[in-house]
Amino acid sequence: MSVPRYWRCIPQRIKMEALKCKSCGKTIYPPRARCIYCGGNDFETYVIPEKGRLISFSIIRHAPIGFEHTTPYVVGIVEFENGLRISSQITDVDINELKIGMEVEQVFRKVTEDGKSGIIQYAIKFRPIFQNI
Amino acid sequence: MKPIIDVVISGWGSYIPIYRLPVEEIARIWGTSVDHIKRELLIYEKSIAGIDEDVATIAVEAAKNSLKRAKINPSELGAVFVGTETKPYAVKPTGTIVAEAIGATPKILAADFEFACKAGTECLQCCIALVGSNMIKYGMAIGADVAEGAPADPLEYSAGSGGTAIIVGNKNYEKEPVALLEGSVSYVTDTPDFWRRPKESYPSHAEAFTGDPAYFKHTISATKLLMEELGLRPSDFKYAVFHQPNGKFPLRVAKMLGFNREQIECGLIVPYVGNLYSGSSLTGFSAVLDIAMPGDRILLVSYGSGAGSDAFSFIVQDGIIAKRDNAPKVMDYIKRKKTIDYAIYCKLRGKIW
Repeated sequence: MSVPRYWRCIPQRIKMEALKCKSCGKTIYPPRARCIYCGGNDFETYVIPEKGRLISFSIIRHAPIGFEHTTPYVVGIVEFENGLRISSQITDVDINELKIGMEVEQVFRKVTEDGKSGIIQYAIKFRPIFQNI
Repeated sequence: MKPIIDVVISGWGSYIPIYRLPVEEIARIWGTSVDHIKRELLIYEKSIAGIDEDVATIAVEAAKNSLKRAKINPSELGAVFVGTETKPYAVKPTGTIVAEAIGATPKILAADFEFACKAGTECLQCCIALVGSNMIKYGMAIGADVAEGAPADPLEYSAGSGGTAIIVGNKNYEKEPVALLEGSVSYVTDTPDFWRRPKESYPSHAEAFTGDPAYFKHTISATKLLMEELGLRPSDFKYAVFHQPNGKFPLRVAKMLGFNREQIECGLIVPYVGNLYSGSSLTGFSAVLDIAMPGDRILLVSYGSGAGSDAFSFIVQDGIIAKRDNAPKVMDYIKRKKTIDYAIYCKLRGKIW
């Protein structure tokens, strides 16, 4: 990922800012220029809740470039109270402990590094809920 | 030293990664005596950062926990300082990464501090000065590290990962103060007991020289200076927290200064997580705040190689009760663990790729 693109994505990848369409009320993530449901382009910022539920996952054992040394890792779909679903890495979890429906929470983590001299890319991932505080 | 305006702790929060490497595993690889290590270092296991963790991620997690307790809007922070000796970037501040991630940008001062293991309390001194001079309303001081010792080096048994964030506030604004600062001192000399040169992966040390002329001299001098300035004796403190490079040094320094084991036991976390370097004394302090009661007086003394010590005296306030349960406690993180072997440790810390 280029440096400008990483920088542009900070609101959505680190602050978890989605868009709520003022026309149809649906939430879209990642943000788009137009609403994927109604085509509207008038939005307000919607911050994705800290906690959600894992509704599907896949264990990655053959990873793309940049992720080779992190296998096996988990990519899942997390669903929130308002029905919004997003894909994210699931971290701090033993793959034998994964369960559909398990509660997960946001955690700020490193995603990948652009080699030894490039930037370090951070983003929100999800992990099993530690404490219900 | 004491600021013109009364300064309080408004919030605190820690984070310790989930992985633990028992000393038995390290001793198995290098053929050393486990009993000797446990007896000499008083360390049973150390915390290991995950493959997707570094000082920035640890600092963000600790910062978020401290905000939950401080109950403030991140935009009210006037400074975010990160003290560490394992910065993710050689050039690019960790402070900006943390400030952005917690929603504190852009009207904020952000910087990284380095002073071996006392960088975290240096951040605390600076936040106290900024709040105490009324330049900012709140300041966040973080001490965090993903410490590593060279393979087979004695430091490999002790170097751990974790950190703590302390939010400093103005007593006049704070409705629920956690602890009131009574005073602080800093004591530094040019003592080369431990260092890491540019581009080197692991630190070097002067072995036994790290003891008497370094750790003990600076820790004892700073503590005595503070008690002298404030007119206090060891018996005036309910708790004392010293920097914890291993379990033996803080126990010995406490005894030399006249503190008993009960006073330091609650903040002694090194047997279970190792030396958290810049996060060490602050995380021990955080563990004490997790259980302290209003009226308790707490001594916090850091030590950083190179060398120096910062010493602080705090008196716990009523606000601690309402804030304590708003974030996980240090002991919760110590209990939350997955034990790993040496091979997984090498994978997580990038030693085999």
